Amino acid sequence: MSAAANTDVVQPDSFAFTPENLEKVKKIVAKYPEGRQGSAVMPLLDLAQRQHGWLPRAAMDEIARLLDMAPIRVYEVATFYTMYNLQPVGKYLIQVCRTTPCWLRGSDNLTDYLKQRLGVGMKEVTKDGLFSIMEVECLGACCNAPMVQINDDFYEDLTPETLGKVLDELAAGRKPQTGPQNGRRASMAEGGPTTLKDIPISYDISRDLTGGK
Amino acid sequence: MLQDKDRIFKNIYCQDDWRLAGARRRGIWDNTKALLEVGPDKIIDEIKASELRGRGGAGFPTGMKWSFMPKQSDGRPSYLVVNADESEPGTCKDREILRFDPHMLIEGCLVGGFAMRCVAAYIYIRGEFYQEAMHLQAAIDEAYDAGLIGKNASGSGYDFDVYLHRGAGAYICGEESALIESLEGKKGQPRLKPPFPAAVGLYGCPTTVNNVETIAVTPTILRRGASWFAGLGRPKNVGTKLFCVSGHVNKPCNVEEEMGIPLRELIDKHCGGVRGGWDNLLAVIPGGSSVPMLPKHICDDILMDFDSLRAVQSGLGTAAVIVMDKSTDLIEAITRFAHFYMHESCGQCTPCREGTGWMFRIMTRFVKGNADPSEIDMLLDISKQIEGHTICALGDAAAWPIQGLMRHFRPVVEERMRAFRGRQAAE
Repeated sequence: MSAAANTDVVQPDSFAFTPENLEKVKKIVAKYPEGRQGSAVMPLLDLAQRQHGWLPRAAMDEIARLLDMAPIRVYEVATFYTMYNLQPVGKYLIQVCRTTPCWLRGSDNLTDYLKQRLGVGMKEVTKDGLFSIMEVECLGACCNAPMVQINDDFYEDLTPETLGKVLDELAAGRKPQTGPQNGRRASMAEGGPTTLKDIPISYDISRDLTGGK
Repeated sequence: MLQDKDRIFKNIYCQDDWRLAGARRRGIWDNTKALLEVGPDKIIDEIKASELRGRGGAGFPTGMKWSFMPKQSDGRPSYLVVNADESEPGTCKDREILRFDPHMLIEGCLVGGFAMRCVAAYIYIRGEFYQEAMHLQAAIDEAYDAGLIGKNASGSGYDFDVYLHRGAGAYICGEESALIESLEGKKGQPRLKPPFPAAVGLYGCPTTVNNVETIAVTPTILRRGASWFAGLGRPKNVGTKLFCVSGHVNKPCNVEEEMGIPLRELIDKHCGGVRGGWDNLLAVIPGGSSVPMLPKHICDDILMDFDSLRAVQSGLGTAAVIVMDKSTDLIEAITRFAHFYMHESCGQCTPCREGTGWMFRIMTRFVKGNADPSEIDMLLDISKQIEGHTICALGDAAAWPIQGLMRHFRPVVEERMRAFRGRQAAE
């Protein structure tokens, strides 16, 4: 269960979707049967968060209006799910997986490294506004542990050193290659697969791992 | 060892293109119309005959589940909902299907949806899987453009839509009725059953919720025949399975193997063995965080399937194998899971909402040893008060790892307490 909103956050007075995003709103609502537009609340909260950087109360109210829902129903959803940031976060939100499979392979070292390098505690934003860190539960990449998620991307098979390089790239305004940071391919066993060995590697996976959206 | 020719998932490492052209090379969407032409009832019979059991954790027979859906509509549409909310710690298999072979899932949606007379499939993917969702949406768009789904899907005369819905971070949405609530735009809190989703599910309509892997294997079963699938593995525990091996092995990986493969063979052949050798093994959690751990002596010859693991008071779960060598602090390992369940409890049922917090706090003291051995029984008592007393299985799942720890490693916990008291006395 996600925690309630931090009441110290300075909330904007109003929120409006951009014209481009309003087009997306229409497409999203059309996925669900007539009269069931409430199903669109989660994708719209996500869209609002992407537009604003975090999710202010005014955005929830606007979504309630667009979907003809009681505002409390939208607040309930926004505070239940952990991916809605109800307070500002850094340009790069680093989420370190702390659950057992990642912990077994050294996730604590990643957390310690981040705290030391960035000089912030959990959920705090660095002074330059670039980074914030939080520990999260299992992100579902356990064969590539330990791993972190930075915004939309997974960085896997990490050590403090390779995580440091990822942060260097981001701080320099570049886009690091996502996925495993130790050179291996997806969740294939390191050094080559034990199955499907006869299938030639014909696909350039880096196309997908450079954040191509 | 399973041979490549019997592997269903041929692109889990993305050696080939995941888009439509690559999928077609691998035989996906190959005359899907012919698969549908046998008719809904024959498809369900074939899936029943294949003895396929759900790959999401519970292992319920898929064909039987499909047969619960109404054959005649009472005016309400029927829905297929695909559970792609993969969040069970240790589990990362559906991810590889979603991002590297999304067309397998989409074709499965059409076949399963047609068999159950559904008008549409909603695929609920966990929000954190962003890249995976992008791949899947791209594949859905390709399938629409190629006429494979949508109006007159694959030339079958049947209209079928596939929609993707992203979650936003909540383990509980992997529980089917919480997933339905979430898909309806609410907090993901499980519903009381009955009514079961096949009677009253999404939007109050007949609904079947299936795991990604379950749906993705069905076209291959229909193409190669139920007897081929049922011929792999052991009776009632048949077919192939994606295993996710994580933790203290030399080469963690996802791999498709025959159901019932010995655990040791799985680890030694595919994962480079346990770190420091087999004798350095301490314990294995064989099916994701929710199933009790097994000490080494059971791991030596256990088979990886539903019934073998149930016989040793554990379970296959999602086939997520978490390996722990002798360097592991097992109490901390399980405490991490206790924290996970506390964090993920939806808060609806008191025993779970309060109990998961109590269990975590007690376990935190156990990690230090700052407790009395009699508290172990108190903790087990709390776990029994949660287990079976909640709407969904999250309460059970929170109780079992702790029960498993105490069943096999109680002396380790007691020793930690003695050591703590010894240090206190010395000070």
